[in-house]
Amino acid sequence: MEFTIYIILVPMLLFFVLALGGRWLGPRTAGIIGTAGMGAAALLSYIAVYKYFFAGAGIGPDGNYLTVTGFNAQWLRLTDSLHIDMGVLLDPISVMMLAVVTTVSLMVHIYSFGYMKGERGFQRYYAFLSLFSFSMLGLVVATNIFQMYIFWELVGASSYLLIGFYYTRPAAVAASKKAFIVTRFADFGFLIGILILSYCTKTFDFGAITADNASLAVRTMEGSSFLGLSSATWAMLLIFMGGAGKSAMFPLHIWLPDAMEGPTPVSALIHAATMVVAGVYLVARMFPVYLFAAPQVLTVIGYVGAFTALFAAIIAMVQTDIKRVLAFSTISQIAYMMVALGVSGMGGHAGEGYTASMFHLFTHAFFKALLFLGAGAVIHAVHSNEMEHMGGLRKRMPVTHITFLVACLAIAGIPPLSGFFSKDEILSAAMEGDKVLFAVLWIVAGITAFYMFRLYFRIFWGRESETARHAHEAPAVMLVPLAVLALLTCVTGFIPFSRFISPDNAPYALGINWGVAGASIAIGIAGIALAAWLYMRDSERPQRIAARMGGFYKAAKRRLYIDDAWAFLTKNIIFRRICAPIAWFDRHVIDGTWCGIANVTQRTSEAIKGIQNGRVQAYALLFIISVLLITIITLFI
Amino acid sequence: MIPMEHYLIVSSIMFFVGLYGFLSRKNLLAILISIELILNSVEINFSVFNRYLFPEHMEGMFFSLFGIAISAAETAVAIAIIINVYRVTQEIDVRHIDKMKY
Amino acid sequence: MNILSLFVVIPLLVMLLLFVSSDRRYVRTVVTTGFSAVLLLAGALVVMFLRERSVSDEAMLFVKDTVWYPALNIHYTVGVDGISVAMIALSAVIAFTGIFSSWNMERNYFLWYSMLAIGVFGFFISIDMFAMFMFYEIALIPMFLLIGVWGTGPKEFAAMKLTLMLMAGSAFLLTGILAIYFTSGATTMNILEIARNGIPLGKQYWIFPITFVGFGVLGALFPFHTWSPDGHASAPTAVSMLHAGVLMKLGGYGCFRVAIFLMPQAAEELSWIFLILTGISVVYGALGAIAQTDLKYINAYSSVSHCGLVLFAILMLNRTAMTGAVLQMLSHGLMTALFFSLIGVIYGRTHTRDIREMGGLMKVMPFAAVCYVIAGFASLGLPGLSGFVAETTIFVGSFQHADLLRRILTIAAASSIVITAVYILRAVGKFLYGPVQNPAHLQLTDAAWYEKLSAVALIICIATIGLWPSGVSTLISDSLAPILEQLNLL
Repeated sequence: MEFTIYIILVPMLLFFVLALGGRWLGPRTAGIIGTAGMGAAALLSYIAVYKYFFAGAGIGPDGNYLTVTGFNAQWLRLTDSLHIDMGVLLDPISVMMLAVVTTVSLMVHIYSFGYMKGERGFQRYYAFLSLFSFSMLGLVVATNIFQMYIFWELVGASSYLLIGFYYTRPAAVAASKKAFIVTRFADFGFLIGILILSYCTKTFDFGAITADNASLAVRTMEGSSFLGLSSATWAMLLIFMGGAGKSAMFPLHIWLPDAMEGPTPVSALIHAATMVVAGVYLVARMFPVYLFAAPQVLTVIGYVGAFTALFAAIIAMVQTDIKRVLAFSTISQIAYMMVALGVSGMGGHAGEGYTASMFHLFTHAFFKALLFLGAGAVIHAVHSNEMEHMGGLRKRMPVTHITFLVACLAIAGIPPLSGFFSKDEILSAAMEGDKVLFAVLWIVAGITAFYMFRLYFRIFWGRESETARHAHEAPAVMLVPLAVLALLTCVTGFIPFSRFISPDNAPYALGINWGVAGASIAIGIAGIALAAWLYMRDSERPQRIAARMGGFYKAAKRRLYIDDAWAFLTKNIIFRRICAPIAWFDRHVIDGTWCGIANVTQRTSEAIKGIQNGRVQAYALLFIISVLLITIITLFI
Repeated sequence: MIPMEHYLIVSSIMFFVGLYGFLSRKNLLAILISIELILNSVEINFSVFNRYLFPEHMEGMFFSLFGIAISAAETAVAIAIIINVYRVTQEIDVRHIDKMKY
Repeated sequence: MNILSLFVVIPLLVMLLLFVSSDRRYVRTVVTTGFSAVLLLAGALVVMFLRERSVSDEAMLFVKDTVWYPALNIHYTVGVDGISVAMIALSAVIAFTGIFSSWNMERNYFLWYSMLAIGVFGFFISIDMFAMFMFYEIALIPMFLLIGVWGTGPKEFAAMKLTLMLMAGSAFLLTGILAIYFTSGATTMNILEIARNGIPLGKQYWIFPITFVGFGVLGALFPFHTWSPDGHASAPTAVSMLHAGVLMKLGGYGCFRVAIFLMPQAAEELSWIFLILTGISVVYGALGAIAQTDLKYINAYSSVSHCGLVLFAILMLNRTAMTGAVLQMLSHGLMTALFFSLIGVIYGRTHTRDIREMGGLMKVMPFAAVCYVIAGFASLGLPGLSGFVAETTIFVGSFQHADLLRRILTIAAASSIVITAVYILRAVGKFLYGPVQNPAHLQLTDAAWYEKLSAVALIICIATIGLWPSGVSTLISDSLAPILEQLNLL
């Protein structure tokens, strides 16, 4: 499986070619090179999938999936036992992620050809896309936690560059900055977590840490504690903090909605399908350690996830910017995956949550990318993100309409689309794990159906706005990715995921839990019906309900004031109360002390310089008196 | 033989007269003369101590001779300076020559 | 002649040749040739060192010992280990690029510039404390003139402040050096011999703080760092580059070579005091940078933070952290030089350094702006650039310490990665991105070829260390063996 290294090297090479040579290449060539390269990477990934799952390269003698190291080289040696390697780790989840990332990335590359046509900095855009793909692929196949951290930072940076692609727009600049700093803050936790973990286990290697039910971590982290929590709990909690930052878990979710300032294909790739699920992937990667060394943290993950899912869903109901709705829906869906991990166990059916989480990650990537790309097509047509500038587009943009509907149905959990299957698995895992979490997720499923169809009806149904009248269907180069993704959304649900992915890499059989499925379909349809009743025809009902909700509606519209709280914390507390005083303190107190010493010296010399008055006889007198004094002193003392 | 104290009294008187003159006279030339007095009083002391305490040695005498030579050279230099100062400032009153201060 | 002495001789030759004529073309030719030669020589030194290292286990290579003043047993002794080789290469790169960043300067400027280079190179090649101290002083004096004459803003004040504070530091240092000379019992200034002889523990307790603070002033140790913002802000571009890039490293290197190497026991026992001080430096400098609006002040405070990290890591006294410290010196030297060179480019055109008065420069001077962003990324520790390698090595190394206090301090210091991101992105967002604020800026030109050359050379170095760190990391960590042996004497 050595060829898998090229899956990562190709986008890296593309990045350097496009970034350094982009100016001489011309937009069209740059785009073609980028897309072709990504296509090659995708092809290699598919070969890897085939070889790993079907051609036997990844299946051990006992029928379990093996962890194959495709490539590994030492990059930096730190201590005798700690060294950062760069390598390719192939196991079921990383191979699955390779396919997801390259597919969505390829679709976005193709789509951007139409969407970004004529933009200033087209080559730069493709260079950044390549950088992102490289980093994300490197993250996915990381053989050790530090490699993951390295690529984790790189995806953050490429996300920063892409959100701020329209760098002349202050909103985009602010959003990119916010995204980077918030995730950096989370990464700080991640780094400390890694440090604690490596301090105890003396290794960064995933294989060594997670092998034998994470026995190494359990053994080495036993007994030590800090501030009442065991070091394993600290380490895993902090690592989860990193994941929570990237995956936009409450309260670190604030960057994701703002990140929608970037070009829409970027939102589809980074902020919906791939980078934001890195946190889920991280938890899944470290799952044995969570389960055996710090099970409390897993509970925390479950509850944080459930709260985030509900929280984001509530906000999504009232947003009017279509990309913001999708952003909150992404937060909510990722939280679903987190919950699934939180309730999961190990071994056979107990590992359903883990499987479900990865399954949902897989299906979500396609239908959420589809939603974003569809939204992009709409935005491309009406030149606005606001719902009020849309409406009645179903006749003008038929292909977009159909594919968007498919995605909406998938996310609402309507069979036989992919979202139904994965969501059902999550719900049934939650049902077995924790009833409270199940109840929350079940409600969220209804809300999800409602806000997605609110979005759908307001874009494609209802009264046509002025701008929507001039809308026309997107060019074919944008429609092809939509069609491909819609197709994937239709069929991926039928993949028997438990045959491929489980926490202990042992395949097992998992059927549909029809009781849970029935409940979830019911609430999904209820949500859709409510949305249809409110938004299918233009009516006064939504305003009336909004008016009746009063303060809560307003609060939800302001994203429940979490952004304001953070803004207050950063601007008023950190900037005004900490940084500015420190700067003042430095200039006036510390520097003042040193300048003060200099000033005192100067004053003193001013005061005593009168002795040096230039008169010879005065000097002589002083001299003689001094000699006499010294003589007297030496004589009598 | 004249007792040693007599010489010492004379030289002390010379020394303090010179010192007084050095501190109180305003004319540069007078100050220079005062310095000569001080120097000569010291030379008397050298010779006297040599003669009375270590008659078999001659170091004190030599030192006096050195002193005389040096004071001659010093006087020459000092007068040259005084003349130059006079050329610039048109006076030799020491109270007015205080340019070399802070 | 010994290859090491050439590093002093070539700048000296440049100085002498500059006396010949003040014609601008001539001056440029002489300094470019001279410092290119130094750069090539540094490259040759690296190669020769690696070859020699593989066959020799001496602590110092290319040692040349010349008696200078026999009465006091003072020698001019030169020799290098991996750390000094790294620092010499860094200085050569920065001195070389500095020329292109001050392309339009006059003859006298380059005279002092060469003298500064003599001091810097001399310091790094010396293993005799007296020669070391002398070169240290040689490096300080030109700084006063370079800032005071060719600076901007309140330049005389800044030059005076910088010189006085650094001189106060060297007063401490001189005391420390003399104390070492007389207490070691070896009556020699040669560091290796003193190390072999050892200094009595009771004496170490007061000599160590003195020498550490003496060098620490130059390494911007809190609270002796306040010369740095003013000095950097007033200095001309290349002087800022050389100062932050190389001269501040003299402090870190000196702490390493003298304070820790000669007094390991005291270092071990007293390090907690200085760890707290340097920990404060790291966080405090970074927080201070957030509130600044002048580009040079931002970078000066950022230097306080990054150089604080150097001293912090040195005091951890283990191989990984110390390797990280040297890496951080290299990395900070390169990126801060890049920063200052670009600030020079921008200031030379906009005539302001206030980020509130600029905006959208990315559109106006894309090359300089992109380089600035790369420098920013290096500074905030993005993988693939040198800053990440250094910080990672430091944090991992420091965290391996068994002592809980040190680990907690490591966490505190690591928080700087977040704060750094804040001030870097804040500045970048304000003056590079966004709409163009001042319509007059639309007419500005991008960096000229010599400025581009300087930036590209530095970026290549930053990226090389960032992408392929194992070479330089091994070079450094192998050279730490003698120091670590000293520590094991405990």
